[in-house]
Amino acid sequence: MAQLMYRQAVAAAIAQEIERDPTVMLIGEDVGAGGGVFKATEGLFERFGPSRIWDTPISEQAIIGTAMGAAMTGIRPVAEIMFSDFLATCWDGIANEIAKMRYMTGGQVCMPLVIRCANGGGVHFGAQHSQAVENWAMAVPGLKVVAPSTPADVKGLLAAAIRDDDPVVFFEQKELYAQTGEVPEDEYVLPLGQANVLREGADLTLVALAGTVKTALETAERLAADVGQEAEVIDLRCLVPLDVQTVKISLAKTGRLVIVEENPRPLGWGAELTSILVEEAFDSLDAPIIRVTTEPIPLPSSPTLERLARPGVERTLEAIRRL
Amino acid sequence: MVQQARSATDIGVPDPEGIYREMLRLRHFEEKAYELFLDGHVNGTMHLGVGQEAVAAGAAATLRPDDCTLGTYRGHNHVIARGAALDASFGELFGREIGLCKGKGGSMHLTSVEHGHYGSYAIVGAHLPIACGTAWSAKLRGADSVTLCFFGDGTTNIGAFHEALNLAAVWKLPVVFICENNLYMEFTPIGEVTAVPRPAADRASAYGLKPIVIDGNDVEVVYAGIAEAVDRARRGEGPSLIEALTYRHKGHSRTDPARYRPEGELEDWMTRDPITRFVQRLQEAGWNASDLERIEREVIEEVGAAAERALASPPPPESELFTDVYCAGETSWRS
Repeated sequence: MAQLMYRQAVAAAIAQEIERDPTVMLIGEDVGAGGGVFKATEGLFERFGPSRIWDTPISEQAIIGTAMGAAMTGIRPVAEIMFSDFLATCWDGIANEIAKMRYMTGGQVCMPLVIRCANGGGVHFGAQHSQAVENWAMAVPGLKVVAPSTPADVKGLLAAAIRDDDPVVFFEQKELYAQTGEVPEDEYVLPLGQANVLREGADLTLVALAGTVKTALETAERLAADVGQEAEVIDLRCLVPLDVQTVKISLAKTGRLVIVEENPRPLGWGAELTSILVEEAFDSLDAPIIRVTTEPIPLPSSPTLERLARPGVERTLEAIRRL
Repeated sequence: MVQQARSATDIGVPDPEGIYREMLRLRHFEEKAYELFLDGHVNGTMHLGVGQEAVAAGAAATLRPDDCTLGTYRGHNHVIARGAALDASFGELFGREIGLCKGKGGSMHLTSVEHGHYGSYAIVGAHLPIACGTAWSAKLRGADSVTLCFFGDGTTNIGAFHEALNLAAVWKLPVVFICENNLYMEFTPIGEVTAVPRPAADRASAYGLKPIVIDGNDVEVVYAGIAEAVDRARRGEGPSLIEALTYRHKGHSRTDPARYRPEGELEDWMTRDPITRFVQRLQEAGWNASDLERIEREVIEEVGAAAERALASPPPPESELFTDVYCAGETSWRS
């Protein structure tokens, strides 16, 4: 095991896959000699050079299109879109082209590519550099959606995303880039679509993803200390494929569910999860499912306001009190 | 304008009969498709390339089987010129099992990877960056294959056009961008909405490229102009942007009677019909009119038989609904 920062785990995963597979390429703005604006690709250019690490102009449509054309013809590109907010500038390529090409052609192509982006708030960048948009990607059939919460998961899930034959949108939590954790030094790959039960408890279930996992864990500790209730905490890790089964098993045990999600409330991923559980696990529910989300507003820059808008420990505890 | 010096006897394409036959196949495919659309066999809409056959046929003749092509929703010509079967192409228009895409794509998404045709794209401009990708891939794999990307004049005003041209030039990608300038972006004359007279060629210098305008209704000129650009790309000398002047005889899509065209314009362009012109050239070179007519009859028969086979094909089985979403055969977004 090595102690790595979340951002270093990104580079570790890409390095692992570049070494293993000669068709893996990294492409994006400032990903090369610059090492990435979040330093998530630091050292890769020095190690692998310009034949594997490709700096592009500020041309998101060109980045996504180029990745797609290459993916259809034998390359496994890892394309960086610097901030997930910028997915909107190349959403045609992602939602209309990449996601649909295999289906529209009756299976004539595979689309083995990864679109990495820095997602979420907490760093006071304001409304165009702080959004959590994982629900955008989840809403498009044909895409897979991954959002890791720890450095180890970054390495294992990014490696899996690169090896996957389908297009994966990989949301890196920008608030977590500097967080450190134990990461396996040897080859490490996790399966996509397997949620992770991070804390066991019989009183209620907290489901979280990426940045809200920490919130859920802290909430669970506070709950145990304050009122002696034990919360089970589930990190979904992926929105597509969505591991509903793990949540159902937990819910059957606890009967109560709070979802902590960073995307804004309307049609956030928790709404889909809630809908599924109401249809398929109604008998397990002892109380209404409660969702704690980012408020449906453009995110303010001021830390004071931004903190109020995002789902934190206090708001989650308050939601639990309403159960 | 690139003009080829040519003699009456030397036809400037490697296989004149093959090119003639190909242009006829494209023409009669479209005419048949139109007829069958009126009979209610074609789903959705349809964008015909009647009048633009010389570009697709001339371009395809410059390519090797391992070269890539990408086209647009006005894309029947290109996929067929690359070698896609006529019955499978009709079948895709009709939403049948025999279709190139198993009936899942439709008229606007004809694709035949087997023939190097990596898609027909229905979002204007979307495929220019994708063409950069297939070209980049060839470069990465050390292959000397080339990508040809067809698009219309309207595309030159969309952002993806400019992003793709710039990246292709900066990375010196083996890609040839071919603008089929048929004078209209949908219903609007391209000149009314474009800052420069030549929508593609006048933008070339912005990307360090040579402005190239060719007569897109002269298949010999098309062949020569595109062959030069393809050779350049294959030699590693980077991308080209070619503006081929042509004209669509029909409206934008099936529902468009094209009443916005000035009187006499269509008639004027009909005198420059690419097939009529090539027939004249062949006759000048000594081809026998009766042989040319026989070839056309054969093609009409071939197209008719292909349409019949497609009409006889069943719709895709219901089990196809959930296939081809993911590669490993997953049928659900849930694990």
